[in-house]
Amino acid sequence: MARVDFCGIEFKNPVVAASGTFGFGREFQDYFDISSLGGISSKGLTLNEKSGNKGRRIHETAAGLMNSIGLQNPGVEGFIKDEWPFMKGLDTVVMANLGGGTVEEYVEGARLLDETDVPIIELNISCPNVKEGGMAFGIQCAPASIVVEAVRAVTDKPLVVKLSPNAENIVEMALACVDAGADALSLVNTFNALAIDIKTRRPVFNNITAGLSGPAIKPIALRMVYEVSRAVNVPIIGMGGIMNWEDAVEYIMAGATLVQVGSANFRKPDICLDIIRGIEEYMDGEGLEDLEEIRGIIGR
Amino acid sequence: MKDSYRDGTIILNEEVASGIFKLVLDGDFTGAPGQFYMLRGWNGLDPFLPRPISIGDVQDGRLTLLYEVRGRGTHIISRLSPGDSLSVLGPLGNGFQIYREGRIALVSGGIGIAPLLYLAKNTEAEVDLYSGFRSEPYFLDEFKPFVNEIKVSTEDGSLGHQGFVTELLRPEAYHAVISCGPMPMMEALAAQCRGKTELVLSMESHMACGIGACLGCTIQTVRGMERVCKEGPVFNAREVIFHG
Repeated sequence: MARVDFCGIEFKNPVVAASGTFGFGREFQDYFDISSLGGISSKGLTLNEKSGNKGRRIHETAAGLMNSIGLQNPGVEGFIKDEWPFMKGLDTVVMANLGGGTVEEYVEGARLLDETDVPIIELNISCPNVKEGGMAFGIQCAPASIVVEAVRAVTDKPLVVKLSPNAENIVEMALACVDAGADALSLVNTFNALAIDIKTRRPVFNNITAGLSGPAIKPIALRMVYEVSRAVNVPIIGMGGIMNWEDAVEYIMAGATLVQVGSANFRKPDICLDIIRGIEEYMDGEGLEDLEEIRGIIGR
Repeated sequence: MKDSYRDGTIILNEEVASGIFKLVLDGDFTGAPGQFYMLRGWNGLDPFLPRPISIGDVQDGRLTLLYEVRGRGTHIISRLSPGDSLSVLGPLGNGFQIYREGRIALVSGGIGIAPLLYLAKNTEAEVDLYSGFRSEPYFLDEFKPFVNEIKVSTEDGSLGHQGFVTELLRPEAYHAVISCGPMPMMEALAAQCRGKTELVLSMESHMACGIGACLGCTIQTVRGMERVCKEGPVFNAREVIFHG
């Protein structure tokens, strides 16, 4: 009932587990049937395996969470060999989330993924925590265009570009990525943020800044999704602090086709299931046949 | 399938020393020594994350947890009363290997004493307890039925040896040393035990999910980065790379 068509691919429902909060799904299958998800975006991959950042990686903030994981991941080939066979067996749509430090790394990673039957690539030009995370590409439009165009040239798979809220101008960034060949956009990644330990008089994180997520950022992220969805003619995956079905419906009313649930997975492993049920009950109660009826409704 | 967060009813939540609380939850709880539970004692989104607390004891389905008030989350939990409920997830992680014979030493620093009682109760080896505190000791009486000897140190000299508990330990006298405490203590212990006896550590780390998904709690080991919540919290000291 809550089925959604996204880039020609059918999702059972609009709820996708966000990259970096759901691993490759394995840890969550103990807690619920993860095939009931609309989709899963994989842990952020880089061409080569990464061990991630040293020192503190997690810091709680008011109604939110800062992280500096540093894209710890098994590399694209490790993913294809060890994780994709498992994920492929799930009855849900998988997006391979791909980051990179150079255009060449992105292109090589995308080329390897293109040879698999992974249905969607989500290009991460927005991880704030590592040089290789791609945020260097996600601040200004020109570098973003270059990397999206280069990846577009090596894959025909649906290409989602994940935007950073730290972009100089999120709407211009969105337009630049669509011009460069993005089939869809996902937004937002974490906000670059700072926490200080007043006892040690040092930043909490070795990298000084880290990425802020959770309900603390939701109203800003929602505004960005609204603005971008008005400006582009490709589908949007909205995310940022979605904790319950009401938040998800807000994102859909702002213009999102799918939503991703991130930090909330850390508070309750089966929260996505609650959100899916909540959306279905809401549709029932409102007599909605299709979420299309409310998508972007505030801008109509 | 495992249970997601569920409610436990508080039957005791009492301050046993300054800032140290003993919490008992009624239910059908299970768990092995060294495993932990995630706890949330509030509604709403702030504090955002649950708190990982190691199992102090499980008896007839009742779960005992010993915790120190460190920040807002544990402060809120400390204000709850019998009859109130807490949201819990667990048991999580891999616990201690249970020694069936020989002599083992349990070495705790501060609140690190928490996971060692349940271990002492369940081992068949001969156990001595070495417990270090900054000042006022706690929880020691609970160990008395299960251990041979209890040696205590306090940094301020208020009870037992004045100084660090590691100064009391002769590692070569034991088949294994099992420890939980502050990182500097466990690191000193690793140097002290190297080449003399096996050392097993229960590690602490800042955690978000507790189930192995966020990769926030990882430590460096000889096998690469490992999750305190999933591969741990118990590690052999030989595997741990301090200051990695």
